[in-house]
Amino acid sequence: MAMNYNAKDEVDGGPPCPPGGTAKTRRPDNTAFKQQRLPAWQPILTAGTVLPTFFIIGLIFIPIGIGIFVTSNNIREIEIDYTGTEPSSPCNKCLSPDVTPCICTINFTLEKSFEGNVFMYYGLSNFYQNHRRYVKSRDDSQLNGDPSALLNPSKECEPYRRNEDKPIAPCGAIANSMFNDTLELFLISNESDPTPVPIPLKKKGIAWWTDKNVKFRNPPGGENLEERFKGTTKPVNWLKPVYMLDSDIDNSGFVNEDFIVWMRTAALPTFRKLYRLIERKNDLHPTLPAGRYYLNITYNYPVHSFDGRKRMILSTISWMGGKNPFLGIAYIAIGSISFLLGVVLLVINHKYRNNSNTADITI
Amino acid sequence: MWRWVRQQLGFDPPHQSDTRTIYIANRFPQNGLYTPQKFIDNRIISSKYTVWNFVPKNLFEQFRRVANFYFLIIFLVQLMIDTPTSPITSGLPLFFVITVTAIKQGYEDWLRHNSDNEVNGAPVYVVRSGGLVKTRSKNIRVGDIVRIAKDEIFPADLVLLSSDRLDGSCHVTTASLDGETNLKTHVAVPETAVLQTVANLDTLVAVIECQQPEADLYRFMGRMIITQQMEEIVRPLGPESLLLRGARLKNTKEIFGVAVYTGMETKMALNYKSKSQKRSAVEKSMNTFLIIYLIILISEAIISTILKYTWQAEEKWDEPWYNQKTEHQRNSSKILRFISDFLAFLVLYNFIIPISLYVTVEMQKFLGSFFIGWDLDLYHEESDQKAQVNTSDLNEELGQIKEHDLFFKAVSLCHTVQISSVQTDGIGDGPWQSSLAPSQLEYYASSPDEKALVEAAARIGIVFVGNTEETMEVKILGKLERYKLLHVLEFDSDRRRMSVIVQAPSGERFLFAKGAESSILPKCIGGEIEKTRIHVDEFALKGLRTLCVAYRQFTSKEYEVIDRRLFEARTALQQREEKLADVFHYIEKDLILLGATAVEDRLQDKVRETIEALRMAGIKVWVLTGDKHETAVSVSLSCGHFHRTMNILELTNQKSDSECAEQLRQLARRITEDHVIQHGLVVDGTSLSLALREHEKLFMEVCRNCSAVLCCRMAPLQKAKVIRLIKISPEKPITLAVGDGANDVSMIQEAHVGIGIMGKEGRQAARNSDYAIARFKFLSKLLFVHGHFYYIRIATLVQYFFYKNVCFITPQFLYQFYCLFSQQTLYDSVYLTLYNICFTSLPILIYSLLEQHIDPHILQNKPTLYRDISKNRLLSIKTFLYWTILGFSHAFIFFFGSYFLIGKDASLLGNGQMFGNWTFGTLVFTVMVITVTVKMALETHFWTWINHLVTWGSIIFYFVFSLFYGGILWPFLGSQNMYFVFIQLLSSGSAWFAIILMVVTCLFLDVMKKVFDRQLHPTSTEKAQLTETNSSIKCVDSLCCFPEGETTCASVRRMLERVIGRCSPTHISRSWSASDPFYTNDRSILTLSTMDSSTC
Repeated sequence: MAMNYNAKDEVDGGPPCPPGGTAKTRRPDNTAFKQQRLPAWQPILTAGTVLPTFFIIGLIFIPIGIGIFVTSNNIREIEIDYTGTEPSSPCNKCLSPDVTPCICTINFTLEKSFEGNVFMYYGLSNFYQNHRRYVKSRDDSQLNGDPSALLNPSKECEPYRRNEDKPIAPCGAIANSMFNDTLELFLISNESDPTPVPIPLKKKGIAWWTDKNVKFRNPPGGENLEERFKGTTKPVNWLKPVYMLDSDIDNSGFVNEDFIVWMRTAALPTFRKLYRLIERKNDLHPTLPAGRYYLNITYNYPVHSFDGRKRMILSTISWMGGKNPFLGIAYIAIGSISFLLGVVLLVINHKYRNNSNTADITI
Repeated sequence: MWRWVRQQLGFDPPHQSDTRTIYIANRFPQNGLYTPQKFIDNRIISSKYTVWNFVPKNLFEQFRRVANFYFLIIFLVQLMIDTPTSPITSGLPLFFVITVTAIKQGYEDWLRHNSDNEVNGAPVYVVRSGGLVKTRSKNIRVGDIVRIAKDEIFPADLVLLSSDRLDGSCHVTTASLDGETNLKTHVAVPETAVLQTVANLDTLVAVIECQQPEADLYRFMGRMIITQQMEEIVRPLGPESLLLRGARLKNTKEIFGVAVYTGMETKMALNYKSKSQKRSAVEKSMNTFLIIYLIILISEAIISTILKYTWQAEEKWDEPWYNQKTEHQRNSSKILRFISDFLAFLVLYNFIIPISLYVTVEMQKFLGSFFIGWDLDLYHEESDQKAQVNTSDLNEELGQIKEHDLFFKAVSLCHTVQISSVQTDGIGDGPWQSSLAPSQLEYYASSPDEKALVEAAARIGIVFVGNTEETMEVKILGKLERYKLLHVLEFDSDRRRMSVIVQAPSGERFLFAKGAESSILPKCIGGEIEKTRIHVDEFALKGLRTLCVAYRQFTSKEYEVIDRRLFEARTALQQREEKLADVFHYIEKDLILLGATAVEDRLQDKVRETIEALRMAGIKVWVLTGDKHETAVSVSLSCGHFHRTMNILELTNQKSDSECAEQLRQLARRITEDHVIQHGLVVDGTSLSLALREHEKLFMEVCRNCSAVLCCRMAPLQKAKVIRLIKISPEKPITLAVGDGANDVSMIQEAHVGIGIMGKEGRQAARNSDYAIARFKFLSKLLFVHGHFYYIRIATLVQYFFYKNVCFITPQFLYQFYCLFSQQTLYDSVYLTLYNICFTSLPILIYSLLEQHIDPHILQNKPTLYRDISKNRLLSIKTFLYWTILGFSHAFIFFFGSYFLIGKDASLLGNGQMFGNWTFGTLVFTVMVITVTVKMALETHFWTWINHLVTWGSIIFYFVFSLFYGGILWPFLGSQNMYFVFIQLLSSGSAWFAIILMVVTCLFLDVMKKVFDRQLHPTSTEKAQLTETNSSIKCVDSLCCFPEGETTCASVRRMLERVIGRCSPTHISRSWSASDPFYTNDRSILTLSTMDSSTC
């Protein structure tokens, strides 16, 4: 369908009228834009312009890298695996599903004391929270307290949407598989006194503030949480319904922080989630002094079916987060390479200039 | 279906018979036996769409594009099966692209509708039922008698019935049809010419029989059967009685004509049909790249699917306790699941095919082509002509020209014609003025030669005063003489001559003939033939256009025979042309030679420089001309196409095949024997056709080894054939054809890029070209500056698009390895959707409109830079691979950088809280948007405020948008995955450090490659950039201003440098030779370049 014919040609086509016939010329405007003469900065990436940049990058990156690396190294972190697959492990007994509830205790020693706030994480391995079927198996409207979504959860929650003809609250695979081990920490303060001192673990402040206060909301209704969740049933794998997650009403139902933390699906199959906070008492005493500790585990969460591991991590923190030497090392590496290349370039540039100088002279 | 559509639009009208019978004023015979033929109405439809069919038809046309269709399929797949991204992610960009294109096309069609309406609704006067009726143009029927007043345009193809003059003649200009500016005389048959009033016309009973519509403007055959007093008179009708739609009535008060062809069947409408689409080399490589990416896409999808099923073989990965399948998923058939998994991966990775590439390229071409029209350097003050872009699809092709053919007249434009000599001009040149319009003092002639001759004759005292009716008046030295014009034997290219038969005041009848010397001299039996031949050759050597003039005297007996035979031939319905040719042949013999004339064609200014520049740019120049051998060679020498130092080889006057082959072989041998000298080849039309018939390969071989080729005595179609031959030769060069005349049109359309010169010889070439310029010298700016820029721009545009989509999708692919190939997306769907249409679209578009990697003056003064981009170098597979690999490595850096940062599963926040998978994706995405934008910034050499605005604006927009998008719980959205994710990410110090680190690392690779390339083996373009700004290097060397003062110092010096560099000849020629040692052996070129630059 090539119809390039334009009827307009008929009207005003043809060559220009005889000179003098029209006053209007077709002279294009002499503007900077139309003449492509806009004022412009014209940088060129030559060795000359790049050289200083390389040195500067080197000079900036290396100190930053060292700083980050040192910061990261000052962070104390201890990781205790309590999966119990090894026969020697105290938690080995809990692998069989018969023992319920199964409580096991693991001893560990802190060589150095942990100063400042200490954060207690649980870590899972080989657990694919990022599986597509899993990630989308939730209903954000329900979690936001929407009454209609509460009783009629999204189809994405299948097959964890209804149980025995009642809607599940909270629905979906993520909620259903919520981590339910209980971890407790005891300090054996001195050898003479064997009674362990429990370390106070704070449940609040482990979830993002916005999640806790905006994104997650209990359904509206009466004072009683149980009433608000009327007509729903608990997730299949849960022992208790959602409104009994905690005795504190501000931390129960959908706004339970352990639940919220779990609901933020991890990016990778090996992940940590914040479990508890151990707040610094005062400046005089370290939060966790060096010494022997008990970790008391109520072992509920099965991971051996998919070769998973469970860990408990205690970590202090800096302004930039937990212990992660990668960033510091990367900065130092890139900085050094940059500096090195700067030197190489300087040499090459020098040589090249000499050559071209002679070339210039010969002509 | 297609045929039906075409028929609806007025093409392919069903032809029942070979002739159409038209009853004038639609007075059908009364006997009732006759069924009138049906004709279409006079509506002109140039628009494609109507309000009703716009949506379906436009959609249909858009989805015929492979890329759009592909995205439509992806979109449908997303609608049908369970895919990782919502249909919106591909539906929205597709919708965007389709809408933008539809708006553009709809707007263009609206303009066409408007002009259609204007044309169809124009008022016309039609004779109906004895009176003059005012009606609209579209209501004219075949057979209607139409009245046209002075300076009006004919609304349909009319057969002239009568004019206000007694002889029934009128003058028209067909400038808008074929571009010829002269006035043409049309005549009515004598029987109708007397019917000058409406009342008289009403008594006319006549039938016109003529051929069915055809596109040839100059062919019309028919006859008029007039019934007068029960007697039928048959009159022949030829093109001289047909007034074409689109032509304009001049110098005549009014005419009456009967419509024979209407609407889409008019010759004008038929002529504007089908221009074949030209595709640029860039588009071809773009399609290659698309195919490569499609292969990458499909293989990624296949790999993912296979790996997915390998993993899933184990129950614990396929369906762990925490992540059960639904009954439905469990029960669906395995094959179906496999296919739907494959499709899901396809959908997940489909963004690797850049959806907005086409729309961006289209916008770039559309907007970019304005700059050509706007360019003041391409504006010709005297003729008030600016450059025209007829096809914006080829801008970048201007940067790719390898071969270059120009028709010679292009160079030798005619507005400075001078007569150099009129030899032995005895009787005066009355005859030649037969085709002149008498109205003004100024002469209008159908060819500049005629005009020049008449003017020159006037200068020596033989003034052509004018012709009234059938006589012509010539004032010879003040004395008026009247010649009666009896017959005109029109010019045609086979005879290459024209003649007139006139009756002198004394009553003698003469035939005067003028034509090419080869067509006149053999016919001569008397006169100073030998002397004239020598003169003609001399003139030709000087580059003049020569004509020979001869006459013949008739006895009255001879004349009667001639008169009768001419009449018979002219009224014949069948084979009229052949019969006429026979008669002409019979008449034009036994001539007595009068003499010869020569007309000098002045070359346009700077032709020589332009041709030199073209050659230096690595473009092979061929000259194709209809001129004779000697003229062509001498003009070639004068315009620099041939050098004095060149070894000129000739392949002319070949009579037979074998002779031609032998000559070719000999030439080939000569070329190999002395290859030091440059060779030029001269071929003439007849030898060329011989050479092309049997020895194409050998001929092309010889041509390739010659630096200049000149083909003379070429017919228009031969020119096109030469181009086709070059196009299909093994090197597959890109060809450019330049021409100005109607005879160059076929060549212009055949070449990859056709350039028309808007000359006095008409605008047909300009109209059929892809680009039209006013002067030949503008070619150098068009090619070396605009062509170079457009090529660089679009090449980078295409490469960048592929690059940024590799960056975009590869992390997605890598992520599958960490999520059990479950097709989990890394980025949120809104980011997926907006990446190409918002976050990264503008910088590249602006770059592709404004980029000037090097100063235009340098480009124009150093044509050799053009070699840097020849052979589609920036879109070669090597460059493409570089960009693709760069894309992949950047993607690896984003992904694994983020992986090591987050994947070490330590907290990144100062309060110990953890990030999830969406934060991870957002981190990758943020790094990507910044890197991809800054990468564009690295490519940009020309930073105007607009570039700054869009580059930094894009990044800022991304941040602002993300803050906004993540700051609200969006109602109506199913999931709130991104709620506060971006803000949390930005509140992490580590994330900031990581972003900076990753961006720097990514660009590090690229900067290194650029710098080392430039340092170790710079292209001449890069060297030229350096000369432009070499101050900055000196700056570092002396360390005078290192590091903080460097920028200011450099900018000042750069400015100085530019001021000096542009206008000092010594400087430029020095830098020239320094950067092009390759050319130093060629003295002549070097000196020229110095000359050239000093003119600035």
